[in-house]
Amino acid sequence: MGVRAVLLALVLGLMTMVSGAWAGETGPSFPKAQGNCVEDPATMRRHHFDFLKHQRDDTMRQGIRGAKHSLKECVSCHAQVKDGHAQPINAAGQFCASCHEYAAVSIDCFSCHATTPQQQAEAKR
Amino acid sequence: MSHDTTRRDLLKSAAIGAVAIAPGLTLIAPPAQARAPGQPASAANRWGLLIDTRKCGSVCTACVDACKTEMGLPALDRPATDAQYIRKVDVKDPKTGHQHSLPVMCQHCAKPPCVDVCPTGASMKRADGIVLVDRHICIGCRYCMMACPYKARSFAHEDQSGQKDHNPRGKGCVESCTLCVHRIDAGGQPACVEACSKDGGAAMLFGDLNDPKSEISQRISKEATSRIRADLGVEPAIRYQGI
Repeated sequence: MGVRAVLLALVLGLMTMVSGAWAGETGPSFPKAQGNCVEDPATMRRHHFDFLKHQRDDTMRQGIRGAKHSLKECVSCHAQVKDGHAQPINAAGQFCASCHEYAAVSIDCFSCHATTPQQQAEAKR
Repeated sequence: MSHDTTRRDLLKSAAIGAVAIAPGLTLIAPPAQARAPGQPASAANRWGLLIDTRKCGSVCTACVDACKTEMGLPALDRPATDAQYIRKVDVKDPKTGHQHSLPVMCQHCAKPPCVDVCPTGASMKRADGIVLVDRHICIGCRYCMMACPYKARSFAHEDQSGQKDHNPRGKGCVESCTLCVHRIDAGGQPACVEACSKDGGAAMLFGDLNDPKSEISQRISKEATSRIRADLGVEPAIRYQGI
């Protein structure tokens, strides 16, 4: 009995170690953002689409500006700069695309929305 | 600034914004303030334009060019399908031969036919009277384009790239002049008006039609103005002089 229990514990322990390593290797890898996010990562992972969809309607239809869940802000914080040029956020391996590809999510945000950050100041005059 | 201010510079800056002639005293009322973050557009405002066609040159395209740049509209040189939010229309009285030119854009009607016919609610009027297309729910049926008496709307026929972040636009959606809503919300004025005062004949005036103290309200209360196809009763926010 004692030997069996020890063996079982060993096998289970090994399995968790292996599966832990497994999950770490195959999860999506994406570039790190430049600043702190408006929510904690776990909340963003689960709810970012709800936040964005809610705010887009408020902004578009009622004209409420300056709220914190903005796609523009996602892009400006998460876009990588390579050789002085911002990379499109929906390009392969970039922040948005890496997770969406992993989760087999097909979004159409970027068929309309700008994929690189732009000068915010030029709109304000 | 080392050079002396010329009369032209002064006039230019007067056309653009406020000119302080003494502390606490301004010659022209400053443009509307930016709305506080978190505040929705209010029905207390009714944004509109007054366009003096007598100052509008027939070859000048400053407003059209500024619009294309501001809104990120590509010039593909395909006039039948290229997106245009504002266009120059040349009109001629066949009896007298008198002709002039005027810019025509979305007239931001108080009773917009495009909103009436939209099957999804994508074509909408904001509380402050700006007529917009919510591209998130536009299905591209183009009923609004047929309903618009001003031919103000365009359709994006192709995949787009290089959009401006304040004007998301893509294939399969109808689009039109937003009265530069992103600038108005930030307390500015439309790009066409700015370009007209800088590079054109300063024919365009932007302001709040609901504010009796605004320059535009003052002028339309004192001078004769007209609206294109006023007989349709859609009550546009764009007024013209000299047509």
